[in-house]
Amino acid sequence: MEHDNKSPVAYFPYPGLLFLLAALVTVLFIMSVFWGTVSIPAITLLDVLFGDNSPSAIILRELRLPRAILALAVGASLGMSGAALQGLLRNPLAEPGLIGVSGSAALGSVIAFYSGLSVTYTLALPVGGMIGACFSVGLLYYLAGRDPSILTIILAGVAINAVAGALTILALNLAPNPFAAFEVFFWLLGSLTDRSMKHLFMALPFIGIGVCFLLSTSRGLDALTLGEDVAFSLGISIKSLQARIVLGIALAVGASVSVAGVVGFVGLVVPHLLRPFVGYRPGRLLIPCALGGAALTLAADIVVRFATQGPELQLGVLTSLIGAPFFLVLVVKTRREGR
Amino acid sequence: MTFLAARNIVVSRSNKKVIDNISIKIGPGELVGLIGPNGAGKTTLLKSLLGIVKPTEGSVYLNDMSMKTLSRNYVAKHLGYLAQGAPCYWPVTVKNIVELGCLPHTYDTKKVDGFISNMVADSMASTGISDLQLRKVTSLSGGERTLTMLARCLAGQAPLLLADEPVTGLDPSQQIKIMQLLKSQVSSKSGVVAVLHDLNLAAKYCSRLVIMAKGKIHADGMPATVLTAQNLSKVYGIKAQIRYLDGQPIILVES
Repeated sequence: MEHDNKSPVAYFPYPGLLFLLAALVTVLFIMSVFWGTVSIPAITLLDVLFGDNSPSAIILRELRLPRAILALAVGASLGMSGAALQGLLRNPLAEPGLIGVSGSAALGSVIAFYSGLSVTYTLALPVGGMIGACFSVGLLYYLAGRDPSILTIILAGVAINAVAGALTILALNLAPNPFAAFEVFFWLLGSLTDRSMKHLFMALPFIGIGVCFLLSTSRGLDALTLGEDVAFSLGISIKSLQARIVLGIALAVGASVSVAGVVGFVGLVVPHLLRPFVGYRPGRLLIPCALGGAALTLAADIVVRFATQGPELQLGVLTSLIGAPFFLVLVVKTRREGR
Repeated sequence: MTFLAARNIVVSRSNKKVIDNISIKIGPGELVGLIGPNGAGKTTLLKSLLGIVKPTEGSVYLNDMSMKTLSRNYVAKHLGYLAQGAPCYWPVTVKNIVELGCLPHTYDTKKVDGFISNMVADSMASTGISDLQLRKVTSLSGGERTLTMLARCLAGQAPLLLADEPVTGLDPSQQIKIMQLLKSQVSSKSGVVAVLHDLNLAAKYCSRLVIMAKGKIHADGMPATVLTAQNLSKVYGIKAQIRYLDGQPIILVES
């Protein structure tokens, strides 16, 4: 135990950590743009800039760039949302996917899709996702906010997830068109394949606003380390803090899910890995988790391009395959620590 | 000079009055012991005084201004809060916790980083935890953990400190250490309120005792006048003998 306490990683310099993560994201972003079933020479970027229409330039502009930027934005919002949610609930197991936030966002988008609203209004899809996410975070906080024990949170999350899942498969079941159902099913698996600039412009502003909301909660999250009452006594307005986190997560996760489907476990794995490097301070964790989430999602999205012959592995499937065992290990570890 | 006053406050929870029409004034220069049986409303009174619990009726005043009209930051700069059980949800270091105590001051951009780090270092030194500063709070003993939280309060430099059961569950030497530290915080400018269960400890260190029962204040005054066999029998339902050693009451509880 003595050794544990003086772990040097707790004093890893914060700027150094940010620099390393940013460098990693940059490298992965470049790889994501130029690697794929068609390899593209770097010089093509100039063609894109000058509006040239060679096949490579079109692939780069219409497919690779939006895909890479989306991976970056979706990963960042999932990583940061996970960190913020865990800070708010003071529990390392709270993850937007696990406790039904992503599922509810998906339900919101599915409803927007089936009701035909998304045909009339392009923005219906992300707005539906955000409403779903907002509803679930709000409900979760209502059910488990006062007593942030693992059991309450996970049970409340399981319940929310079950309801959202049931309603989603009901929508799939009643889909008038089997192709539409198939399309929705694949979208639910989580993927960044064939997303266009249109998707990007639809989601990016909301993700941006959501991330800003979350960034504003850093000081409050640090104070919440001491519990709600003490944080309040330190001058933190708990209600405003809760509202900003719920809104921030709803915007970031809702918009992300509406374009990328459910990409699970990023918000669990990334904060867990990075937490020791910021000395477990929940406020300090936000920016590193945005970068880490972006890096993980970019990396996973590169892997799915090459992982399988035949049908492409879906991004959400890959993150779940990695994340679920990780979650299991975390549960065992938490149990051993006796909390 | 900072004064904190509750005027005719009532706190109701599901139709039951947890705090039933209490008025109390607390100021610098005193270490007030808040005593009484479990469920008497001590913690609720403390939280009402801090603004954490909103009274159903009546108001709490800080320097004669109603708590409702004051900014959170103003209140935070004047009232420190040592919570029951010294909660800490993440394994952060002692130093990081003490730094959190300075949060009310960090909005003040004029106060430079050096000022903050001095406050942190000073408060760790005065509570004797400087050697623990790189340890994780979750790995500390109960006494060390309470000292850390006390250092956090001191770093905030609030003139009034409200402590909820600061010595419950600690061994006698740690209890004495913490009571002495609380007493040393009392000056012409600052005061302390502490919820206590150990009557002898309360008698020894407090300059004023407030004894609560069923949401009301039963008695309020010097330890020698409050700790009478009659009061203890009425409030706790115990039969006690009061002896005096150097003018200080010592309570012997009979079965």
